[in-house]
Amino acid sequence: MRTVFKTSYDTDIDLHEHWFRRGRYLALLVFMMSLPFWADEYFLAEATNTLIWSLAGMGLMVLVGHTGQPSLGHAAFLSIGAYTDVALMNAGVPFLVSFPIAGIFAGVVGAIVAIPAVRMSGIYLAIATLALFVIVEEIVILLEPITGGVGGLFAPAIEIFGIPFERYAYLGNFYWLVLAVVVIICWGYANLMRSPTGRSFLAVRDSEVSARALGINVTRTRALAFGLSAGVTGLAGALMGHFIGFFNYELFSIFISINLLLVVTIGGLGFIQGAFLGAVLITAVPQVIAILRDGLNATAGIDLGAIPGLDTIIFSLLLIVFIIYEPQGLYGRWLKIRTWFEIFPLARRDMFRRQKSYLKTERSK
Amino acid sequence: MSLLEVDDIAVHFGGVKAVDGVSFRVEEGEVYAIIGPNGAGKSTIFNLISRIYELTRGRIMFDGHDVTKLGAHQVAPLGIARTFQNIELFDHSTVLANLLMGRHLHRRTNFIQDALFLPKVRAEERAHRQRVEEVIAFLELEAYRGKMIAGLPYGVRKVVEIGRALAMGSKLILLDEPASGLSVEESQEVAYWIEDMRRDMGLTVLMVEHDMSLVSQVSDRVLAVANGRMLAEGTPAEVQAHPEVKAAYLGTEVAA
Repeated sequence: MRTVFKTSYDTDIDLHEHWFRRGRYLALLVFMMSLPFWADEYFLAEATNTLIWSLAGMGLMVLVGHTGQPSLGHAAFLSIGAYTDVALMNAGVPFLVSFPIAGIFAGVVGAIVAIPAVRMSGIYLAIATLALFVIVEEIVILLEPITGGVGGLFAPAIEIFGIPFERYAYLGNFYWLVLAVVVIICWGYANLMRSPTGRSFLAVRDSEVSARALGINVTRTRALAFGLSAGVTGLAGALMGHFIGFFNYELFSIFISINLLLVVTIGGLGFIQGAFLGAVLITAVPQVIAILRDGLNATAGIDLGAIPGLDTIIFSLLLIVFIIYEPQGLYGRWLKIRTWFEIFPLARRDMFRRQKSYLKTERSK
Repeated sequence: MSLLEVDDIAVHFGGVKAVDGVSFRVEEGEVYAIIGPNGAGKSTIFNLISRIYELTRGRIMFDGHDVTKLGAHQVAPLGIARTFQNIELFDHSTVLANLLMGRHLHRRTNFIQDALFLPKVRAEERAHRQRVEEVIAFLELEAYRGKMIAGLPYGVRKVVEIGRALAMGSKLILLDEPASGLSVEESQEVAYWIEDMRRDMGLTVLMVEHDMSLVSQVSDRVLAVANGRMLAEGTPAEVQAHPEVKAAYLGTEVAA
């Protein structure tokens, strides 16, 4: 077990409390950066997809995991981000400008919607966000000149300072672009969570009445969280549009919203790392099923392809299992396993019993 | 002018008069206690001051400001901190984070500066931590700094909540039953803390408490309420000896 001897308040303020931990994240980053040099195209595309899902997952995590507000409508913000970005690029705006504007626009829409919506909580807010999703979907279909309506539209190729980031011909470049966005957002997110803003989110999540007593403007805080969440999700939507290449409103279906909720819940509510673990799971399961299907078909003659919606069934079962046995998700489980090894052989069965509690989001008052 | 002036306040929930015509004044540097049987309206008075309930009638002035015109989150910036009877801490955060949340009033950075973690944010964090460490030292919470609230025993949570209120650096602190559920030793400690708050920190304390030994030990003046009405006001001894207070607690003697 590693004991950190704290000699300055900065040890607690820093993102990582010692160089070993910082080094592990750096090693992971270097590994991720090296991917295009050795991974094949299929794997690289999957990794890109996972990163985009992680980005969207971080967007939803701020809201659900850290501020305690559920949303069933986050596909709407993905869609707003994707269409804004493509519309601006089609109008001749370079990606470097259109991309942040897409995020900001999605964020502003989110914050505006939030002002009336955040007065609701639990199931009512979930329904309100679902309604928002339906409205956005209809607007996308109606705004045919910009969005291509039902027919859909092509995402133009990205080029920054003459360097091509086109998704098919230059997948490696596109992957690095996505990775850079994810790293920057993740860094900003982690910074928020160690500063007064992040603490006010947690305060609003855990006890509104005492948040008010501390002078926190609950409505404004929840609207800010909603706006930031929508903004980051919008960025993910823009990248998703470029990744898919050709898309229409069906890309951003209600199932995307639900899968995003799975990402944050199974990943671990209240942990940034949870968004990544959840994204890996949600993108890996369909691939594993595909591999299993081919394998079982060839060797045992079992045809998994004959079972429609197998991945949905697996996700649902996983969700139920996690909510009952591990409400803190994959990351919470990992923390416990790590602690078990760190203090081996001193771990006791009931060590984490008192910590098994649900966040307010999940209770949906 | 008194620090806190409560004038003829009332709140009615339907036909229930939870508080009906209560007036009192708390002077600066005073420890003022409100006592009364269960359901007397003591906590309701607190909730009226911190704007959780809307007044039906009356006015509350603090330090020259009309509290009744403010929203619930605008009360704290005036210099009023409070604790809750049923402990309202942030359960999924550490003790340190809870105390830092008490510093929210004093934040000088916005969310963009926070996300970029500019040097200014770090400097602010250090200053907040410094203040919080003073509170930790005062309440002897050193051993619990990094612990999650959800895993802490009741007595410690009670203290953390007092700590969070102290971290706010207010003029007036409202303590809602600070000693309820505590052992004799623990409530004795609370008594010492309240004395120190007044003497060393220059705080004014308004508290609701059932424990009469604590009340008579620390408070300058006591207000007794029952059924939402004022029964008596005065020194602890005067109030305890008041016939109506005795009647409210013990019932009236039936004439034989």
